[in-house]
Amino acid sequence: METVTTIEPKQKVYFDLTISPHLHSQWSTAKVMWFVNLTLVPCIASALIFFGIQQILIMLVAVLFAVGTEAAIQAIRKKKVILFDGSAALTGLLLSLTLPPNFSLSATAIGSVVAIGLGKQIFGGIGYNIFNPALVGRAFLQAAFPVQITTWTKPNYAVDSITSATPLAAFKFDKLLTETYSLAFGNVGGSLGETSAIAVLIGGIFLIAVGIVNWRIPVSMIIGMFVFGGALWIINPQQYPSPVFQIFAGSFLFGAMFMATDWVTSPITGKGMWIFGLGISLVLILIRTFGGLPEGVMYSILFMNAFVPIINRYTRPRIFGEQKEVKK
Amino acid sequence: MSSKTFRGGVHPKEYKELTEHLPFEYFPAPDEIILPLSQHLGKEAKPLVKKGDEVILGQLVAQPDGFISAPIHSSVNGKVLSIGKEVTPLGFPKDSIVIKASENSVDKKFSFVPLDPETVTPDEIRQRVAEAGIVGQGGAAFPTYVKLTPPKDKLIDVVIINGCECEPYLTRDYRFMIERPDDLISGLKLIMKALGVKRGVIGIEDNKPEAIKILSHKVEYEEGIEVVSLKTKYPQGAEKMLIKAVTGKEVPPGKLPMDVGAVIQNIGTAIAIHDAVVKGEPLTHAALTVSGLGIRQPKNLYVPVGTPIQNIIEFCGGVTEDAVKIIVGGPMMGIAQYDLQAPVMKATSGILILTKKEVTESEETPCLRCGQCVDACPLNLMPTKLARYTQLKRYEDAEGIGITVCMECGTCAFTCPANIPLVQWIRLGKQKVLQMQKERTEN
Repeated sequence: METVTTIEPKQKVYFDLTISPHLHSQWSTAKVMWFVNLTLVPCIASALIFFGIQQILIMLVAVLFAVGTEAAIQAIRKKKVILFDGSAALTGLLLSLTLPPNFSLSATAIGSVVAIGLGKQIFGGIGYNIFNPALVGRAFLQAAFPVQITTWTKPNYAVDSITSATPLAAFKFDKLLTETYSLAFGNVGGSLGETSAIAVLIGGIFLIAVGIVNWRIPVSMIIGMFVFGGALWIINPQQYPSPVFQIFAGSFLFGAMFMATDWVTSPITGKGMWIFGLGISLVLILIRTFGGLPEGVMYSILFMNAFVPIINRYTRPRIFGEQKEVKK
Repeated sequence: MSSKTFRGGVHPKEYKELTEHLPFEYFPAPDEIILPLSQHLGKEAKPLVKKGDEVILGQLVAQPDGFISAPIHSSVNGKVLSIGKEVTPLGFPKDSIVIKASENSVDKKFSFVPLDPETVTPDEIRQRVAEAGIVGQGGAAFPTYVKLTPPKDKLIDVVIINGCECEPYLTRDYRFMIERPDDLISGLKLIMKALGVKRGVIGIEDNKPEAIKILSHKVEYEEGIEVVSLKTKYPQGAEKMLIKAVTGKEVPPGKLPMDVGAVIQNIGTAIAIHDAVVKGEPLTHAALTVSGLGIRQPKNLYVPVGTPIQNIIEFCGGVTEDAVKIIVGGPMMGIAQYDLQAPVMKATSGILILTKKEVTESEETPCLRCGQCVDACPLNLMPTKLARYTQLKRYEDAEGIGITVCMECGTCAFTCPANIPLVQWIRLGKQKVLQMQKERTEN
């Protein structure tokens, strides 16, 4: 062992002495969170355009209560109160965008409190939760307010044939197929942020481009939809909708871009991300096709969230040079 | 020409524009030099001089102790002031020879007999490399003589010259390639001769098109030597990554490049070998880049080994007001300095003075499990888990997922949005695991 003797520095300088690396990427937790909030702007815009400017209240209430709950619990737990890292605001905003238009503001507030309280802080705060907090909040509201949360509003600029029912419900119960361009545009019934595929994709592509969202999760979900949904469609195109409809309708894309990709509750390995994404699509197809509900993105993501620790454990990447025969 | 590479890695801002256009300047001999006896991996050298002895430039002042060791030569004419513990850029003091330079004896100089590169034998090359005290110039400072003496059962089929210089800021290797391409190729040929290898590759990152152009032109008529363009990505210059990119082979954990038939030498090492064999010069000067937004006049310099950092900073116009960090080496793997009396060593490749703007430190938060470190790790490790296991003192688990494989390149910590000091945790865990393994073999 090295014997370490101390020598009084002759030229003492009080510079930073942290260890390498001395450079760091431009990202920090707060910057990432605020950036994700920013990429939701197109979805917010589509919500306000199709369901009215008053929907902003739902978002404000959700964000306010989410941040308030976070601060209150941090204070109670005698932790440093961090109001502005953007993560609680993001949970609130995401939750609000999954709610139906004109949803009760008091119920929204309850949803936010549950999302942060039960979804996140009870596990120890940021980084420690198992389930997507926004979806935990929404699942609670689904159970507590089953009627309100499935009461849809007919959107502005709706085509005559479009009813207030969501495209998935219209198909499931009445076999009415909504045109894909309406699904892409967003003038259809549904939750606030999910109806416009274009708005969702603009935000999502930004997230992938800057490297916040790992492309593997949305891509594997979409491939999964083509495989599982496509299989059913090929078997009976009258009974089952095309995979394209499955992808554009409901909250699939919103879930694929903003919910399943939540860092904390998705796998950390590349292979794990593929399993996770494909798993979500499989569970989703089962719910949509054979379940009583027309939609199931929320449940399928929460279901797969539970498997993330085990997925991580069994998908450790092969260490460089490991188990590979060395060619001489 | 498409560029070869490896999986993973990151691309930090390069900052090479600060110095890449600046030719090498000679740093004048300082008043005093400090020569640590351990400027290389392996055993400390044994001093051959005592207090009061007169020495001249190039004179052997310490001899190697054992196979993995290297001799040390004086880089000035002068008188030995003392031998004892002195501060080093490695962060802890080491036994060093301090020499006071004399003023009017600049023309005295010791050198070896120059050898003809055409007729020199492999043994003569190895011997010269050993007695000239050449160590790897890439940073690890492994005695080059040892690398040129592989065990008989290892079949070496390629020599790769590492011209990646993937660390931001550093432009020393680039300047060598631009200013001394012939010496570089001569050095490569000597290495190939010493090892009896027919194939030589110079791997250069594609952010140095000028170097690629010059060297490609120079090797056009050289048999068995080629220039390979590599993708600009950190850590492209890490041995394992370079071998993967050039040959497609992966060095298994715990093995050496020679196990897959490759020997890697740095650009600076090849030049030093040329200087030692053809010119007879022992390794007494370090070529380095002084850069960063915190230094007033960034430069590429030839500096006598042993020169205190302080003198070099003064020579470069001093630091700016907003400088916050002084680093010896590159910004990704270099060491922050607390005492500017620390000397330049044989393998010192850069002195960087960084400002707050460059280091962008933000607050640490809990791990967000984003997986970016896993995605970026060039060795396919799971840095966040390695750090976590270390925090929990679960060293067996850390060992199980390969903590000892980590080369501490810093890619994970660079990319971590939660700003977790991953390298620091992993280094700690690694030390504990190695200790554990040692105890295991002893019992």
